[in-house]
Amino acid sequence: MSAATDVLHTLLAPMPAPLVGQERPLVDWEWIADNVPLIWDATLEHIVLTVVSVAIGMAVSLLLTLAALRWRRLYGGILAVGGVLYSIPSLAAFAFLVPIFGIGPAAAVIALSTYTVLILVRNIMTGLDGVSPDTIEAARGQGYTERQIVLGVQLPLALPVMMAGLRVATVTVIGLVTVTSLIGQGGLGQLILTGVRLLPPLPVMIVVGTVLSVVLAVAFDLSLVGLTRILTPWTARERRS
Amino acid sequence: MSDAMIRLREVTKTYPGTSAPAVDALDLTIDRGEIVTLVGPSGCGKTTTLKMINRIIEPTSGTITVDGVDVTSRPAHELRRGIGYVIQQIGLLPHKTIEQNLVTVPRLLGWDDTRMRDRAHELMDMMDLDDGLLSRYPSELSGGQRQRVGVARALAADPPVLLMDEPFGAVDPIVRRRLQQQLLDLQAELGKTIVFVTHDIDEATTLGDRVAVLKVGGTLAQYATPRELLSKPADAFVVDFLGDERMLRRLSLLTIDDLDYEEGPVVPASADVTTARRAADAYDANWVGVTDHDDLRGWLWTSELVAGTPVGDHDTRPFRVRVKPGDTLRTALDAIVSSHNNVAVVQDGDTYLGMLFLEQVTGELLA
Repeated sequence: MSAATDVLHTLLAPMPAPLVGQERPLVDWEWIADNVPLIWDATLEHIVLTVVSVAIGMAVSLLLTLAALRWRRLYGGILAVGGVLYSIPSLAAFAFLVPIFGIGPAAAVIALSTYTVLILVRNIMTGLDGVSPDTIEAARGQGYTERQIVLGVQLPLALPVMMAGLRVATVTVIGLVTVTSLIGQGGLGQLILTGVRLLPPLPVMIVVGTVLSVVLAVAFDLSLVGLTRILTPWTARERRS
Repeated sequence: MSDAMIRLREVTKTYPGTSAPAVDALDLTIDRGEIVTLVGPSGCGKTTTLKMINRIIEPTSGTITVDGVDVTSRPAHELRRGIGYVIQQIGLLPHKTIEQNLVTVPRLLGWDDTRMRDRAHELMDMMDLDDGLLSRYPSELSGGQRQRVGVARALAADPPVLLMDEPFGAVDPIVRRRLQQQLLDLQAELGKTIVFVTHDIDEATTLGDRVAVLKVGGTLAQYATPRELLSKPADAFVVDFLGDERMLRRLSLLTIDDLDYEEGPVVPASADVTTARRAADAYDANWVGVTDHDDLRGWLWTSELVAGTPVGDHDTRPFRVRVKPGDTLRTALDAIVSSHNNVAVVQDGDTYLGMLFLEQVTGELLA
């Protein structure tokens, strides 16, 4: 339990001195220039944690959804369990996972993937349910097999909704990655946490971590919007007409 | 000699959770190359019947054969690739271009790309659609265009059988007329076996070589040619379903060619007044028509004839309404009631053929 206790200690650590009234500037270009490698590594780690977690989450979500399509009774169960898991505070989730997976990327990725799954499963299912029954019947009537209907009709047509879910999940994960700094990961979260913990605190670290995290979120979100347009050309025509 | 293409034997469908069957021990034989329309009030099981043929719905009991082969003898998706299917909602795949939609079945059958592209162009041509639409998505087409693409898609792999479930139900009446005519033209060329579901009796009698009228509960009320259906409805239900204008509907199924129209009280321009009066008397008419070679120039009242002057030297009034031999009796009736002399002038191009009197049309109705 020592790892979990560590986390709790971190959480319950005495409040650092307030930022207000500090001599150290919020934007300290000199510090930034001296610490480019540190910032770069943190950003890279942030991106890797995000991409890996979202990718795993996406794969798991697709499998769960396909299973739910095959065995319709699973559908309610998956959503119910998902809803409960989603309501667990992220801090607590990390604390619970550390004793099982230790301090390290595994615990972080598992927790982050789980949040991704909870968002994505719901979206993918909504997307699949939104496909018109007439379209499905027409496809069936032309001689599509059930498998071809799922892969060739339902999944592509659910894509716009799925991609919307992916955007929400990605932006959420980019925010949550900072929290994993409490279990030794965290990417840009490490900068923020360190900045807070130093005595006296170093506001520039907090600012750099926060700003870059926001920039990452916006960049990923815009890229996904672009990707959606490329993947769903038929909706682009609808927008135009 | 009848040659059955589709045969339903004792087919019953009871949906789970209902006690009354939707289709009840239905026997129906559809011959090769004919259009059979299934018509009836909602709840009569017409759509269920149609969808059991391609196994979108599986019957509770009974057997269905297509071209002599039990439909359950092979996987449903293979069966369906050999049967064209058109539904009211069309169901084009929104994420595929018109070209991709058209060759849906050929692609499933594994045709090569060149053959599919050629077929797509051929189908557009067949349906009078512009090739430029091939690269569009369904949402960019009008309702009528989409419906034609839906029909073309069903024809893509040249299946012998077409199933159509109220395919023209969602388009406006003018477009519907055009689509119906186009279907008849296509059918004259292709000779498919078509089962066509509709709730519109006019559509059923216009398109069907035979019409199957179904009653609520999925039983057959009458199965007959449109003419027989309209002239000899089997029971009160059918009479009621055919509606108040049954007789007028019958008229729209008959063409002027079906009747022997008469020469009429008509004389050449060179005829004298006595001949003209005699011609009018023969028809008990108080007017006479004047021809110039093949053309019918016009008419005048017998009271206007001036003795000693050839008929052709009189002023005549034109016949305003003229009909063609291929027009329906309904059109002829309309022409008759809107003319001064109570006749319809039958004309083929510029050539005068004869006249149709009201008595002949009503006589046909009562025959």
